[in-house]
Amino acid sequence: MKILVVGGGMGGTILANNVARSLKGDVKSGKVQITMLSASDKHMYQPGLLYVAVGKMTPDEMYRDQASLLEPGIQFHVDPVETFMLDANQVKTKSGKVHNYDILVIATGSRMWPDAIPGLKENAEFFYTEETAVKLFHRIREFQGGKIVIAMGVPHKCPMAPLEITFMLNDYFLERGIRDKVQIHYTYPIGRVHTLENVAKWAQPEMDRLGITYETLFNLKSVDGEKRVLHSEEGTEINYDMLISIPAHKGMEVIETNKLGQNGWIPTDRFNLNMEGRTNVFILGDTTNIPISKAGSTAHFEAETVGANIVALVKFGVPVRKYDGKVFCFIQTGSEKATYAMFNYNQPPDPKAPTRAIHWFKLAYNKLYWISARGLL
Amino acid sequence: MAEKKIIDARGSFCSGPLMELIAGIKMVEIGDEIEVLSTDKGSAAEIPQWIKKVGHELIGTREEAGIWYVNIRRTK
Repeated sequence: MKILVVGGGMGGTILANNVARSLKGDVKSGKVQITMLSASDKHMYQPGLLYVAVGKMTPDEMYRDQASLLEPGIQFHVDPVETFMLDANQVKTKSGKVHNYDILVIATGSRMWPDAIPGLKENAEFFYTEETAVKLFHRIREFQGGKIVIAMGVPHKCPMAPLEITFMLNDYFLERGIRDKVQIHYTYPIGRVHTLENVAKWAQPEMDRLGITYETLFNLKSVDGEKRVLHSEEGTEINYDMLISIPAHKGMEVIETNKLGQNGWIPTDRFNLNMEGRTNVFILGDTTNIPISKAGSTAHFEAETVGANIVALVKFGVPVRKYDGKVFCFIQTGSEKATYAMFNYNQPPDPKAPTRAIHWFKLAYNKLYWISARGLL
Repeated sequence: MAEKKIIDARGSFCSGPLMELIAGIKMVEIGDEIEVLSTDKGSAAEIPQWIKKVGHELIGTREEAGIWYVNIRRTK
């Protein structure tokens, strides 16, 4: 049995480790072969980018060697897939090597897509890559006052990021002693400040209390960098001195070029997590087209489900679990407090008041993540 | 001929049916129809509000067995 995992992010790593541990004897005997193909020899803890952007974490802290996170027995190659030949149960990599599989897991993730909005890439700051997060930190460090606008595209990775960067900026400028010289203006695409109603009910009065202004039903249409004006789909305009964007995202280019899904999102069964029409191809994390959060925890819980089902397929010939839509997101509500939202397909979240305790647990999780990626937490 | 795209946002609390529509409408051609499926009653009100504000066409809304179907057409 050949199990091939394409992508070495959170979902792919947890899945490969869980399967390798559960099928340890079969892997050792050669009955089961687990191979991971990735584009990088490094593994990035992506939530760290938020902290890098406000100077609370160094870039180096976000990385580990991918090979160091994997169970013995997993064959790891830095050789990204370029061609999926699903009818033949094969993939072809950048080096030209062809890998056969019995079960394929695609967990290639997503990328920011600032080009979706005219003028956005040239005129906005971002924090979805190490380079852009470091640049943003320098920009806010040099900022002496004026209007900062937070604007976003959809879909975007990490639905809590817009709120988190807003509250983190509030505390950052408070700590610098120039909060009274900075207007923080938050925008959001729908008619409340967050898509989760209970999160919006908490966040809006919190913004009022902190003097953060906001505008809802604002979908970015274009950016005029010369005049420093944002134009919305709804016909409104906003002036800015600094623009920080949570841009729209799309799936990875290899998914698009292989025509596996529009905009790089692969049509996926929401319960079994198999690619629609393919019983031996499973999709994890951001790569799916399932209408739930594109977040690390989504990939984590999906990986646990698919991992258990792959083990069951090897041992029983049938899957044993269905994914219930579980997502757990920390919400950093400033530099000293945090809360969380947990929900699934049937149960909406009911976040509690932010506390220092959850903030400290979030900081602890920033370290514990490396245990989580190994599939142990 | 204009095509009909289904956005199955049942059970979607985050990102939610309206956000799914905002993302999805950019993936269809002008003139195409989108049908949003939602288990959130609020969607039946907030999607038409957004459609009206942005200027797309609301074809109709209906509820069957706890599922709301909102049909719209991209006009620009």
